[in-house]
Amino acid sequence: MTAQVITVTSGKGGVGKTTAVANLATALAADGKRVVCIDGDIGLRNLDVIMGLENRIVYDIVDVIEGRCKLKQAMIRDKHYPSMYLIPAAQTRDKNAVSPSDMVRICNDLRPDTDFIIIDSPAGIERGFRNSIAAADRVLVVTNPEVSAVRDADRVVGILEAEEKGSPALIINRLNPVLVKNNDMLSAEDVLDLLGIQLIGIVPEDESVIIGSNRGAPVVTDTKSRAGQAFRNIAKRLQGHDVPFMELEQQNALWSAFQRLTGRK
Amino acid sequence: MFNFFKRKQSATSAKERLQLVLVHDRTDLTPAQLEALKDDLLKAISKYIDIDPDAVQLALERDGRSQRLVADIPLRGVSRHRAG
Repeated sequence: MTAQVITVTSGKGGVGKTTAVANLATALAADGKRVVCIDGDIGLRNLDVIMGLENRIVYDIVDVIEGRCKLKQAMIRDKHYPSMYLIPAAQTRDKNAVSPSDMVRICNDLRPDTDFIIIDSPAGIERGFRNSIAAADRVLVVTNPEVSAVRDADRVVGILEAEEKGSPALIINRLNPVLVKNNDMLSAEDVLDLLGIQLIGIVPEDESVIIGSNRGAPVVTDTKSRAGQAFRNIAKRLQGHDVPFMELEQQNALWSAFQRLTGRK
Repeated sequence: MFNFFKRKQSATSAKERLQLVLVHDRTDLTPAQLEALKDDLLKAISKYIDIDPDAVQLALERDGRSQRLVADIPLRGVSRHRAG
């Protein structure tokens, strides 16, 4: 079987692309899949710190492209999941050091021995984004329920359609069910209605995401985290499983009731 | 109560504003250009048929990922013209 190449992009920065990549990759690896993550953000590398692998980097993707090392040498094995690897971005170069055909070539070299290749796209709609979608079989667009993030996501969806990359799937990240309930945040339905694409997951706002990135341990490894559960569900959907969407509002109401009961709030 | 109403509006106004912004982003047509299009359209139609320019409505609407230009153009006294 040959790998599926999945690119995670968003248009706007800071909506949680890198977090999504690290979490989906970790969840897929936990399911026994062979996963390679590629940091597509040349010059602003971050996936390594989010995954807790920053101390292991010797070579990066530009070293591979420019022939200074073999592809295998730039693949950093994860600390906990031996079937997961990271190919880091170059930190001291700019995005012009990589071309779309380089990305296609690297992905094709990885495909035979991999189940999922997950590419972390940089923000924006320029060269780095074009590089990141070049090899994609499937694109996931991450957005937040906010006007600027939704507007930028719509631009990206339009470009992907024009490039005939197919209709992407949407991850709505950092949804706050309490704000939605008070009609102070766009609901998942609102965002879906505006963007008109299919939904692959809703990730609730969750402080354990920050705690996880502080430690370099993606939140999917935290079985109690709601965001972790949401990412695990998306990983299952990527594998073709039919997983029902979480009832965010209901469970949140229960959770606040519990917090009131125990005096934690 | 006032606070309640104020709260109620923020997500709703976010959605309404986005609906408008997205439709113009997608078509690359500014509201001013849409007005100009409306004027041209009215001139062209008026050559053939009597219409009420003030009652004409022209709007971009969304249907999933596709946009459509919807025009509502009431005709003025067609049946009378025909009779007379």
